[in-house]
This record gives sequence, C-alpha cells and structure tokens, in this order.
Amino acid sequence: MNLDAKVPPGPLADKWDGHRAAINLVAPTNKRKFSVIVVGTGLAGASAAATLAELGYHVKAYTYHDSARRAHSIAAQGGINAAKNYRGDGDSTYRLFYDTVKGGDYRSREANVYRLAQVSTEIIDQCVAQGVPFAREYGGLLDNRSFGGVQVSRTFYARGQTGQQLLLGAYQALSRQVGLGNVELHTRSEMLDVVQVDGRAVGIVTRDLVTGEIESHSAHAVVLATGGYANVYFLSTMARKSNVTAIWRAHRKGAAFANPSFTQIHPTCIPASDDFQSKLTLMSESLRNDGRIWVPQEPGDRRAAGDIPESERDYYLERIYPAFGNLVPRDVASRAAERMMEENRGVGPLQNGVFLDFADSIKRLGEDTIRQRYGNLFEMYERITDENPYEVPMRIYPAPHYTMGGLWVDYNLMTTTPGLYAIGEANFSDHGANRLGASALMQGLADGYFVLPYTIGDYLAGWLGSDAVTTDHPAFAQAETDVKERTNELLSIGGTRSVDWFHRELGKIMIEQCGMARSRQGLEKALSEIPALHEEFRTDVRVLGDDESLNFSLEKAGRVADYFELAELMCRDALDREESSGGHFRVEHQTPEGEALRNDEDWAMVSAWEWQGRGTPQKRHTEKLVFENIELKQRSYK
Amino acid sequence: MNLKLRIWRQQNSGSNGELVEYRVSDISPEMSFLEMLDTLNEQLNAAGTEPIAFDHDCREGICGMCGVMINGQPHGPQLGTATCQLHMRKFSDGDTIVIEPWRARAFGVIKDLIVDRSPFDTIVEAGGFITVPTGSAPDANLIPVPRDAAESAMDAAACIGCGACVAACPNSAAQLFTAAKVAHLGLLPQGQPERYSRVEAMVDTMEEFFGSCTNHGECEKACPKSISIDFIAQLNRDYLKAKMLNSKLAGQR
Amino acid sequence: MTATKNTTSSSRRSFWLLDLYRSQIGRKWAMAISGVILLGFIIFHLVGNLKVYLGPEDINEYGEALRDLGGHLAPRTHLLWIMRFGLIAAFAIHIHAAFSLAFENRRKGGDVSYQTQREYLVASYASRTMIWSGIIVLLFIAYHLADLTWGWANPDFVRGDIYHNMVESFSRAPVAAIYIVANVALGLHIYHGAWSLFQSIGINNPRFNQWRKWFAQAFAVTIVLGNVLFPIMVLAGVIE
Ligand SMILES: Cc1cc2nc3c(=O)[nH]c(=O)nc-3n(C[C@H](O)[C@H](O)[C@H](O)COP(=O)(O)OP(=O)(O)OC[C@H]3O[C@@H](n4cnc5c(N)ncnc54)[C@H](O)[C@@H]3O)c2cc1C
Ligand code: HEM
Ligand code: HEM
Ligand code: SF4
Ligand code: F3S
Ligand code: FES
Repeated sequence: MNLDAKVPPGPLADKWDGHRAAINLVAPTNKRKFSVIVVGTGLAGASAAATLAELGYHVKAYTYHDSARRAHSIAAQGGINAAKNYRGDGDSTYRLFYDTVKGGDYRSREANVYRLAQVSTEIIDQCVAQGVPFAREYGGLLDNRSFGGVQVSRTFYARGQTGQQLLLGAYQALSRQVGLGNVELHTRSEMLDVVQVDGRAVGIVTRDLVTGEIESHSAHAVVLATGGYANVYFLSTMARKSNVTAIWRAHRKGAAFANPSFTQIHPTCIPASDDFQSKLTLMSESLRNDGRIWVPQEPGDRRAAGDIPESERDYYLERIYPAFGNLVPRDVASRAAERMMEENRGVGPLQNGVFLDFADSIKRLGEDTIRQRYGNLFEMYERITDENPYEVPMRIYPAPHYTMGGLWVDYNLMTTTPGLYAIGEANFSDHGANRLGASALMQGLADGYFVLPYTIGDYLAGWLGSDAVTTDHPAFAQAETDVKERTNELLSIGGTRSVDWFHRELGKIMIEQCGMARSRQGLEKALSEIPALHEEFRTDVRVLGDDESLNFSLEKAGRVADYFELAELMCRDALDREESSGGHFRVEHQTPEGEALRNDEDWAMVSAWEWQGRGTPQKRHTEKLVFENIELKQRSYK
Repeated sequence: MNLKLRIWRQQNSGSNGELVEYRVSDISPEMSFLEMLDTLNEQLNAAGTEPIAFDHDCREGICGMCGVMINGQPHGPQLGTATCQLHMRKFSDGDTIVIEPWRARAFGVIKDLIVDRSPFDTIVEAGGFITVPTGSAPDANLIPVPRDAAESAMDAAACIGCGACVAACPNSAAQLFTAAKVAHLGLLPQGQPERYSRVEAMVDTMEEFFGSCTNHGECEKACPKSISIDFIAQLNRDYLKAKMLNSKLAGQR
Repeated sequence: MTATKNTTSSSRRSFWLLDLYRSQIGRKWAMAISGVILLGFIIFHLVGNLKVYLGPEDINEYGEALRDLGGHLAPRTHLLWIMRFGLIAAFAIHIHAAFSLAFENRRKGGDVSYQTQREYLVASYASRTMIWSGIIVLLFIAYHLADLTWGWANPDFVRGDIYHNMVESFSRAPVAAIYIVANVALGLHIYHGAWSLFQSIGINNPRFNQWRKWFAQAFAVTIVLGNVLFPIMVLAGVIE
C-alpha cells in the first residue's frame, strides 16, 4: 500500500490554485453522464451533494436520519472559524494555518491545512448568502468571538446554534437540488457495505431502516461523509446515532484508517449525574471567554461554591497558563481538570467536576450581556441540572467529543481505495492530534463546498465514456449476502444481555485506558479485555424483533459490533505511538510539569492501518509529515 | 419513583396499534424522559418483549428527532422544552403517563411512537431556500444586515422541525413550521429576490398535506423553541402580496 | 424511503383573487374581511335597535329612514338593497369559506385521534367551536328574518311597525330564549373572531397583540349585553 499524499508542487500559498489549474476537469455537458454516491448529509455530505448536483453530476445521497435536516452537525454550538480579519486584529490565512497546525500539535499535513485556511473565507460568504443568520453588530456587520488556543477573534457564530444554522443552509441548498430532481435522496437508509470491483469503489449496499430491505446502489464514485466515532466511549457528546460503521466497512474492504487513537476530550461538558446517563451534554467552549475555571485549594473540600472564600479558590488555568489562562486549547484544559480530580479537588455531588464561574463577568458586563451571549446555553444547563448558573457556578467535566482519526485521504480527499472519498469528520482530517474549537465546521464545509467537488473531477475524468458498473454485477450480490448474514447472525444469537449493556462496558474500558491519559500497561490490559468482551457479545447479546420492520436494537447491534474492532485498533495505535501529542497523552512521555512531550524525530508522521482480515492485527503504514513553513516547537500556552 | 406508563404500540404503518400498560420502578428524578424510556426498554428486553421504538438523536433539544405526546401535551408539560430535555423531576411518584405518537394525516405512524415527517422536507424542497450556487456569493460584509432583522430571523430559524406544532394543532396545520422558515429567509436582505415566489410555493405545497390555521395558538405553546405565531400573521401578509403582485416582479418590490 | 421530485401547485394562474380564494390562507382572508363587514353590521344593527328605548315613533321612523336612505337622490329602498346585497354577499362568502375549510381540516386530521384528553393551553372553547357557534347564528338569522322582517313566524306581525313586532315576539318566552341563546353563541363567535381576524390579515405587533384581545372581548361583551337586553327588557315590561 502506498500512501502518496499527492501534495502539489510549488510554494505553500500557490499549491491549491496551481492544483486546480492542473487537474483534469469534466466538461459541463459530460457531468450529466456521471453519478456520485454521497453517504451522509451532515455539513460535509449535504454541502458536497448540493454542490456536485449544482455542477451537473447525478447525485444519490443517503442518511439514516429521517431527514437531511438532521445530523450530528446540528448540535455544534460555538461557531466557525474564518481568516476574514474583519476585526483587523492581525488575523490572516497564514495565522489561521499556523494556529491550526500548532493547535494540532504538528501532526497534520501542511498543504491541506493551508488550503483549509484559504477557503475558510469563501465559506462565510457562501453561508451568509444562503441566509445563515450569523450574529451581527449594531452597524449590521458580522460579529466575531474568540475561541480556545488562539489570540485573535475569528469565530463567526449564530447564537449558540451555529451548527444548526450552517446545516440548515446546506440542507436548504440540498433540498433545492432534490426538488429539481438532481439529487436522489434516500432517508432512513443505512449504508452497510462498500462494493468494489477490481479494487475501486463502484457502489454501496444499504438497509432501508423502515422496511428492512437490503438494496444495492451503484455509481462512478462513492463519497463517505459519515462523521466521527467518539461514541465508542458510549458516554460522549456525540449524537446517539453517530457511529463508525460506514468507514469501518470501508476499512475492512481495504481503505487505510489513520491515527485512530487521536480523540478529543472536550473540557466543558456537564458531568454525569448517575449511571443511567445516556449521553453527555457539551457546554460550548465559548463560555470560557467569560467564565473562570476554579476548584477549591483544599483537597476534599465539600463546601458549596458560595461558601468558599476567594482566598481559598484555585483558578488553576490562570495560575498555570498566564498567557492563555482559561482559553488554553482543549487537550490542555481537559488534562488540567483531570489532574484536579486526581488531587481529589473535584466539585459537585459526585465530585466529578470543576467550577466554571460567571460571577465576575456578570459583575463586569451585567447579567443582560451574559444572557444575551449565552442565554440558551444557561437555560440548557438549568434544564439538565436544575441549578441556575447566573447564581451558582456551572459544574463542568471533560468528555469525548471529536475524533481526529478517520480514513486516510490524500490531497484530493481520496482514500487508499480508488474512487472512494472521505470528507468531514470521517477522514483523518486536518486537525492533527488535536482540533481547535470552531474548526470542524470549517473543515466539513471546506471539504464539501470547495474541495471535493473539484478534486473528484480529476478521478472521474478518467472514466469518461464508461458507464457505472451496474448493480447486477456479482460483487453487489456478494456484498448483499454478506450484509444479510451479519444481520441474521445478530438476530439469531438470542443471548441474555442488551446491546447497550455491552456498549457501556466497552465504553468504560475505553475511557479508562484510552481516554485522556494512556499508559502502556493500561492499553495492554484493554487489548486483552476488549476481545474477551467482544467474544461475549457474539455469544450472549440479545437482539429482539425482526429485520422486516424498523428495529433499533438491530441497528445498534451492528454498530457496536464494529466498535469492538475499532476499539482494539485505537488501543493498538495508542500503544504503538511512543510519544504524547495533542489529545494523545502517554504518561510515559511527559515534561516535568506534566505537559505532553512530543517526539518529532520518530513520530512526525501519520500512522495508517491496513486491514488484514479478522483476528490478525492491522498492518501499519506511515506517511512522513514534512514541515517546510513552520518550525516545530514545544507547544507552550504559558 | 415508580410510574405507570400507557404507551402506544404499533408494529408498522399497516397494522393498527393500541395503548399498552407498563410499570417502571426506581426512576431517579435526575433522569431525562428518554432515559426513563431507555430503562423501560432494558426491562422489556430482559423480559423478552421487543423494546419500544421512539425517535431521538442529539438528546440536546436541537436535532428535532424526538417528540411524543405526553399526557395530551406535545413534548410534555414543560414549556419550550423538547421531549429529550424534559426531566423526570417534572413528574411525581405514582403518576400515570400516557405516551402517544404525533397524530396528523400527513404524519403516518411508522412504528410505535415514530411518525413520518417527510412532508416538512417536501415543503422546504418547494422553495425553502435562497438560490445561491456554491462559489457565487459576494463578500459576507458587502450587504449589512440590520441587527434586529438578523435577530428575528434567528428567532424564526431556531425551528428544529420536530412537528410538535402540527401535533398540537386541532386542525393539524403546519402553519408555524412553514411561517418560521418563510420568516427566517424573508426577513434577511439576501432572501428578498425570492421572497414572494418562495412563500407562494411553500404555502401551496403545505396546503396539499396539512389543515388550515384558524388561529388557535396551540402550536406556539407546544413549540420547544417557543416560536411566535406572529410569524403566521407575517406569512398571511406575504402570501396575499405574493398572489397580488405578479411574483415575476415581486422580487423588486 | 426516497424523496421524490415534488411538484408545486403554484403553476396554475387564473385571476389572482380566485387563485387566492382557492388557497386556505386566501379563504382565511375572505373570512376575515367578510367578518369585518359582519361585525360592522352587528354594531350598526345594535345601535339602530337601541331606538326602541326611545319609543315606537323613533324606531319605526328609523326603519323608514333606512328604506328612504339616500333621500331623493336614489329611488326608495335602492340604497338599502345595495347594503343588503353587500351583507348577503359577506354572509355567503363567510359561510362558504367556513364550511370548506372546516371540511378540509376534518380530512387532514389524523386517522386515529389522540387517546388521551388533549391539554389545551390557549385554544379557547370559543376558538374550537367557531363552526358551531356560526351554525347557531346562521339558523338564528333564518328564524330572525322570518320573525321580524317577513313576519311569517310572527302571528300578529304588522309590516313597518317594528316596535310592535318586537314586543309581540319577545313577550313570548320561548322566542326570547331563542334570541338570548343565539346572541350568546354570537358572542362566543366574536370573542375569538374579532381577535383572530387581525392574525388572518397579518396585522400583528408585539406591542399591539394584547390590545387585540381586549378589543375582541369588549366587542363580544357589548354585542351580547346589548342584544340580550332587548328580549329581557320586553319580558321585564320596560318595553311594551
Ligand atoms: C456537541 C458538539 C458541539 C460541537 N461544536 C462545534 C463547534 O462549535 N465548532 C466546530 O467547528 N465543530 C463543532 N463540533 C464538531 C462538529 O459538529 C462535527 O465535527 C461536524 O459537524 C461533523 O460533520 P460531518 O458532516 O462530518 O458529520 P455528521 O454531521 O456527523 O454527519 C454524519 C452524516 O452521515 C450519516 N451517516 C453516518 N453513517 C451512515 C451510514 N452508515 N449510512 C447512512 N448514513 C450515515 C448521518 O445520517 C449524518 O447525516 C461539535 C461537536 C459536538 C458533538
Ligand atoms: C353576524 C354574524 C357573524 C360574524 C360577526 C362573524 C364574524 C367572524 C369573524 C370576525 C371571524 C374571524 C375570521 C378570521 O379568523 O379571520 C369569524 C370566523 C368564523 N366564522 Fe363567523 N361570523 C358570523 C357568522 C358566521 C356564520 C353564519 C358562520 C357559518 C357557519 C360562521 C362561521 C365562522 C367560522 C367557522 C369561523 C372560523 C373559521 C376560521 O377561523 O378559519 N360565522 N367569524
Ligand atoms: C335581540 C337582538 C336583535 C334585535 C332586537 C333585532 C331586531 C331586528 C329587527 C326589528 C329587524 C327588522 C328591521 C326592519 O324590518 O327594518 C331586524 C332585521 C335584521 N336582523 Fe336583527 N335583531 C337582533 C339581532 C340580530 C342578530 C344577532 C343578527 C345577525 C347575526 C341580526 C340580523 C338581522 C338581519 C340580517 C336583518 C335584516 C336586515 C334588513 O332587512 O336589511 N339581528 N333585526
Ligand atoms: S415550529 Fe416549533 S414545533 Fe413546529 S417544527 Fe419547528 S420547532 Fe417544532
Ligand atoms: S395551533 Fe393551529 S390553528 Fe394555527 S395558530 Fe397554531 S396552527
Ligand atoms: S433528540 Fe434531538 S431534539 Fe430531542
């Protein structure tokens, strides 16, 4: 397997323009002759499907949701970055590029990130024209806020619902194409396998979640925009249905899986309240703009926040990181919080949180300003915890939130399987070992609106004149039988334990051993426990109902089955990577002050794993990361 | 706390369903309503009964996937709150809770508590967008948008497409949903060129599926985003204009 | 499930008013506008009838005056007929729209209705019974015309002697009862209607919305009190 990133030649700033000029194009009249399958209608998928259809391709889009208006993307709160420099605070394409590479702890591909920074400005233009109601100033111009890990104010936002508004924009563009008949939209239908002929992707097999029908769909190319897999931890901020199945199926068919262990644990989530907890709720990071994080100085101090005098409070982020204070990047903030727990300085009934205090900013700016900025977040918090954050400080704790890992893609966003593309959170992305706030929306829309629709032409042009492989090709029949077998297998086990039970158990192992801090012996332990649990799952899970009607247990069972295999790979990757970088913190590799210690000699590279069949560990391939425009520094936010 | 639940069970759109009674014990007040249903489903699964099917995804009140009729109120007793954000502390020990799917001819029941809301998408496909092919947009700050316009557009855009307005409306009208989308786009300068063709296309499509609004105002109270029926009045105004002006010219008005 | 290419009905273009009336929103406009006319009539009618308190001459003259409307410019009763036609048209439109919408809404409701009692938060009894209060009013009008305009339902009816006719009818308890019931129904109808019409014609504004409610309530109360008092006063012997 060769991992040729196909990075175009020339100086960084000219690569993208040069590339667009150089690659093959498909003439407008010929685009009609090509069909493209887009799996997923989140930000990345919807924007890609809409744009491809606008360009004239025949698009088939798929989502397991009941409507393209729903996707995990809709939950994004804080905002989206763009190097518009409307604030005139010295922002620029280069600075956004620099911040993203640095924030990612130097584990991302320079050329991709720079392109991302370049198109970021077009995204805002596009979304505003679509009618996304971004926050405005009194003069009617766009407002900005600042986000963790950067020193400029470049984040555009629509109250606390940025993701929703951006997704609705893309959804509306997509709906227009559906109305015009240029996009064939399949809702409540889940992709369960990729179909390949002579090593290239030619279609997919789906299950109609309502009728249970197994169907084949063919096209000239397949795009996966199926999101992240943080739900492998069971408790995460991901939407409950988000899962790894689509990209895992692709991985099992040969697509390399890159940096699986790079996961982001988000510092500002509402701590779990009991063991029935089904999901963790994020409190947008933007809260760190006006909230101050602290814990009591004394370990085991159980007093209520109000009773702890100023002098006995420890604003630890401001103390340890004076330069960035409460706005240090997520991985740093999360680990700091975890250390407080270790020192038994956690707060709240279960002592599983730290305070996020708005008292000072309410004094400074007045309650109205705060309400106007975070009103809906505060309401959400009160609804869940029954505490009023205007009076008592919020309690927050880190939770799995985003997965930087995903399918390996080259500069054209094509995976190692020809004709198979991955965009959005589903690919191993431009965020390296840690994603900066408000950068995922940017990346998803960059991929979908401005990158994939052009780079895909380079591949398609080669197939001009040849029709798409039809679904009567034996490869489809084969894939269909495989899928049917899997479902029947799951239905026939008839064990004693529910799917959720297994998922919870797996989650506990993962957060324990492959979460914020990872150690050799912990990971080795996990690597022995996971297969055991998986075996138990295959013999003892109970999936009721049939496969002729809507059956959630069956859907979940299939997804959890894939999580077991993924979890193993994540631990193996974490064990393999002998360094600490970004979200990946190996206790064996830290500075005296307990900061992540990178090893750029051996590990300035991407680990891409190749499937070797059930039971045999994946084979690791590497893509060396060369930094010509940025010098690698130890990240310091002090 | 212990609860008595009466829940609508229906195998599929073809079959006809019925209310079935269940009991759940030691429910903690910290639980969300859906976590209570999760617990019930665990019990059912253990007892060998197929779990109850209900829609959900984000569990943060933003995706609009969830939504059931709880004791005759869409999304339950707490105003401005989606089912997934409703917590059991709003109920008390020994309560009987009746849970039903949305009811409207346009929303067929798919299974148990799940209905088909696709007519909402059809309405949007008819015109719920601003035509702007990717890459053709001018600079974002070229057209200033009055702050108030942006703010009320956002109020309307907050709709999560859950369908509670239809479920609440005695006429099964989708006026609030449609009005919200029309207002969101119609309030912004960017939405002006298609303002009248949009409202005409969306309303005409809406009326193929849903009842008419007789201003009951229930939808506003059921809406988890408390979207105001003032937007419905605006819709009526724009719709008349759309029919009156030749919509070819309307964009310029 | 697959989304199919949708077709919007907005393609058909006839005379815009017809086109408008075909739509539900259009018919709501029609109801509101006709509703305003009807409200106007009701008020005008009430004020006119108040003359009975001034005694036979006044009210009878008033009746005459109506017929003489337009003085010598227009032939006798012509203007009155024009007004009547306007009124009849308003009723016709109002009623047609009302029934067609009511039927469509029945068709579009769920196949199965909710098993539990709906917990209405704002939908008032009045708003949910518009069609019934309307029908009552309709039946009433039929009877009312037979009673006081044509006199069929009124044994000792004397054309032109409004005062006499009124007293004759209302002094019969059952008739009085009919009038009272009907006017209460009308009151309910207006209680929702006079608020609702602003919504239908898009006159709304956070500052003004509360005012709409008061307006409707005041209107309803005035009409009910005013109208119901006639039969009562007659029964009470104040008018005789
Ligand atoms: C609570 C929260 C807040 C966030 N806030 C921010 C923020 O403020 N700023 C920011 O930049 N980022 C934020 N993020 C991250 C960001 O929202 C996501 O990374 C991004 O939206 C991912 O978009 P996507 O299109 O790649 O995937 P998704 O939005 O997850 O879409 C996945 C799509 O694929 C479909 N799908 C998946 N599998 C299948 C299958 N097998 N068959 C068929 N369809 C399938 C799904 O139906 C869905 O349509 C946040 C994330 C969370 C959890
Ligand atoms: C003098 C008598 C009447 C008056 C003053 C009157 C007034 C009104 C008004 C102002 C409305 C509100 C319109 C809107 O919401 O836009 C209304 C609605 C209505 N009227 Fe009447 N009306 C009268 C007679 C009738 C009659 C005879 C019927 C026929 C049965 C009727 C049936 C209705 C119905 C069903 C509605 C509600 C329909 C809707 O809101 O969509 N009304 N009326
Ligand atoms: C108790 C209350 C009422 C009284 C005392 C009353 C009295 C009268 C009288 C005396 C007439 C005959 C006038 C004439 O012949 O010149 C009349 C006509 C009429 N009334 Fe009433 N009325 C009352 C309520 C109503 C109501 C509630 C309505 C409608 C909903 C109504 C509708 C009419 C109409 C349509 C006519 C015919 C008008 C015409 O001839 O042009 N009345 N009323
Ligand atoms: S308007 Fe409110 S109730 Fe109706 S769909 Fe939107 S959010 Fe749900
Ligand atoms: S409840 Fe129904 S009648 Fe109109 S105001 Fe709301 S849609
Ligand atoms: S589950 Fe998303 S809104 Fe309730």
